[in-house]
Amino acid sequence: MSDKNDNKENNINIKPKERETAGEKQPITTALTTDPARLAAMKAAKKRFHRRRRLKDWGMFTGYLTPSLVGVMIFFFLPLLMILKQSFQKSSNNPQFVGLQHYEKVLSNDAFIQAAKNTLTFSGIAVPLAVILALLLAILLNSGIPAQSVFRSILLNPMMVPVASVVLIWQVFFSYNGVANGWGFNHLFEPDKIDWLKSDYAQIVILVLFLWKNLGYNMVLFLAALNNIDAEILESAMMDGAGALKRFFSIKMYFLSPTIFFVAIMSLINSFKIFREVYLLTGDHPYPTLYMLQHFMNNAFKNLEYNKLSAGAIIMCVVMIAIVGILFFAEMKFDADVEG
Amino acid sequence: MDTNTSQSRREAASQARRKVNIKFVHEPSFFEKMDEAEKEEFFKQERVRSMRVRRSRAILRRITLGVGIAIACAVSILAIVPVFYTFLNSFMSSAEISHNYGVIFQSLSGHVQQGASYLAETPRMTVVPQRVTIEQYKNLLLMSPTYLLKFWNSIILVVPIVVGQMAVSCLAAYSFARYRRKRREVLFFSYIILMLMPFQVTLVPNYMISEQLGILNTRWAIILPGIFSTFAIFLLTKYMRQIPNAYIEAAKLDGAREWQIFTRIAVPMCSSAIFALSILLFIDYWNMVEQPLVLLTDAEKQPMSVFLSQINEAEIGIAFAASALYMIPPLLIFLWGEEYLVEGISRSGVK
Repeated sequence: MSDKNDNKENNINIKPKERETAGEKQPITTALTTDPARLAAMKAAKKRFHRRRRLKDWGMFTGYLTPSLVGVMIFFFLPLLMILKQSFQKSSNNPQFVGLQHYEKVLSNDAFIQAAKNTLTFSGIAVPLAVILALLLAILLNSGIPAQSVFRSILLNPMMVPVASVVLIWQVFFSYNGVANGWGFNHLFEPDKIDWLKSDYAQIVILVLFLWKNLGYNMVLFLAALNNIDAEILESAMMDGAGALKRFFSIKMYFLSPTIFFVAIMSLINSFKIFREVYLLTGDHPYPTLYMLQHFMNNAFKNLEYNKLSAGAIIMCVVMIAIVGILFFAEMKFDADVEG
Repeated sequence: MDTNTSQSRREAASQARRKVNIKFVHEPSFFEKMDEAEKEEFFKQERVRSMRVRRSRAILRRITLGVGIAIACAVSILAIVPVFYTFLNSFMSSAEISHNYGVIFQSLSGHVQQGASYLAETPRMTVVPQRVTIEQYKNLLLMSPTYLLKFWNSIILVVPIVVGQMAVSCLAAYSFARYRRKRREVLFFSYIILMLMPFQVTLVPNYMISEQLGILNTRWAIILPGIFSTFAIFLLTKYMRQIPNAYIEAAKLDGAREWQIFTRIAVPMCSSAIFALSILLFIDYWNMVEQPLVLLTDAEKQPMSVFLSQINEAEIGIAFAASALYMIPPLLIFLWGEEYLVEGISRSGVK
């Protein structure tokens, strides 16, 4: 943060005569003195100072970081390494190296495949929907509607409501004798009554819950980004004859792109938390299309097969890193494209 | 550029200008050709036309605004209905609840095909309760200490996590924001990746380390990993990087020590973010289900969030009050800190 500062403070350590020359950032060879011994001393002083400064800087950095770093090491990094090691061992008591055996077992496990498929399908549908619908809502609220802040508060409200508190109401809505059937929502799909959470439509119900909870947060992010766009740019585009659509896709989208990326990442994180809703609504063994990875982990815990679990966790970790990497890469590439 | 060509160009341009000036002949426009009567007529027509255009535009604008408000209202109602009904139902008497919703909770416990479906077709969603009572709350608070215990469990898990994580994160974020070097970015990036890891991934490591440390099945198994979670660090670092360097330099010139720069400048300047993040963290951990399920096998230590899902038929009478009660702390925080929350969220998304 302070390269200029380096030189300024540096001067204190040098004798006054040299200070002015060093202060002007001139190479040392043009210093007033040509005495080699003095030059060497100056160089040494500078070096010493730099080393001390770097040391201090590093000390400060680690000093502030230590509490977090120690905790993260103990509770996240080390255990991750531990399970990485364990995933290659035969069992907890028998540290024999068995290669990728556990990985093969996990990957050929039907329950794991089902869970992975469900989780990926859900995230694959929920994240884009959450981004697009939130963007539409933000545009709607930004289009000069009266009482914008009231709507914003109301839409942000579901985020604050604990899942466990509204589970009862969701059950009232979506159970076999529930309100959704009573109001005839089942006719959208089937003539008969549907036990929503135990049918093929269960994912739709969960999707609705996810959107209900997350749209508000995403919308606030988009609203902020929309408000941040310079009105002058939009105005000048309007003068040049750009219509509303053109203005949206050519200008607003450009300024929104980092926010879209951020919202997508946040939604992705939140989409993995959908297990809460599913668990609270349906318990340990839900309908097959709702069987999430977290269920798999929880249920596998009861069998105490740590090595298999470790392999599963490592696989998920790698997939997660890959997804995030792709997202980051796409954002970088996209940014480079627009900036030329 | 070649001097020759630029000179010749300039000459050509000046020639052209001169020619234009010479050759310019004023041609009367169609408007100037009109006489007074024609002008009058023209203006009249124009006025009518512009009125028509303006009116149709106004109508269009009013229609779009109306549609917009309608959509916004509809979405808002959808957003608020579950909360509204939970509170509404919590003020009904137990008898009314089981009368209204008995069908559902019977079907939940598995008698769908046998008996329940012959009963009332759908539950009755009433907007006005027959009789407003606080019977449920009374039963809940006075008769069954389990609920209070679970509530207390939730609090004692969440508060230390939020306070601890904010303290640790402030320090770490300051360090990442201020002592920024290239190689240290790698560490920061690994923090981001850690933040993005869903609980499905960290569950096994968490379990292993709790077992090793012998804190499994105690509150610490949840609190400690919670404190060192990296979520807040990421967002706080983003804020702290926005602090202008000039502030820090000025403080330095005034003789502030490093620690003073942190407590007097960095933290106060991020206070809105710290508030917002605390609220977000509170909600997140108030909501938590996964961690207690795996790490706390003792039913007694489970927080309310897990417990609420295990409510059975016999307890529907007080379930709504329990849900409502569980909802109240976050909602109060929301009402109190909405401004900070919105500001904090807004600033987190803008680069």
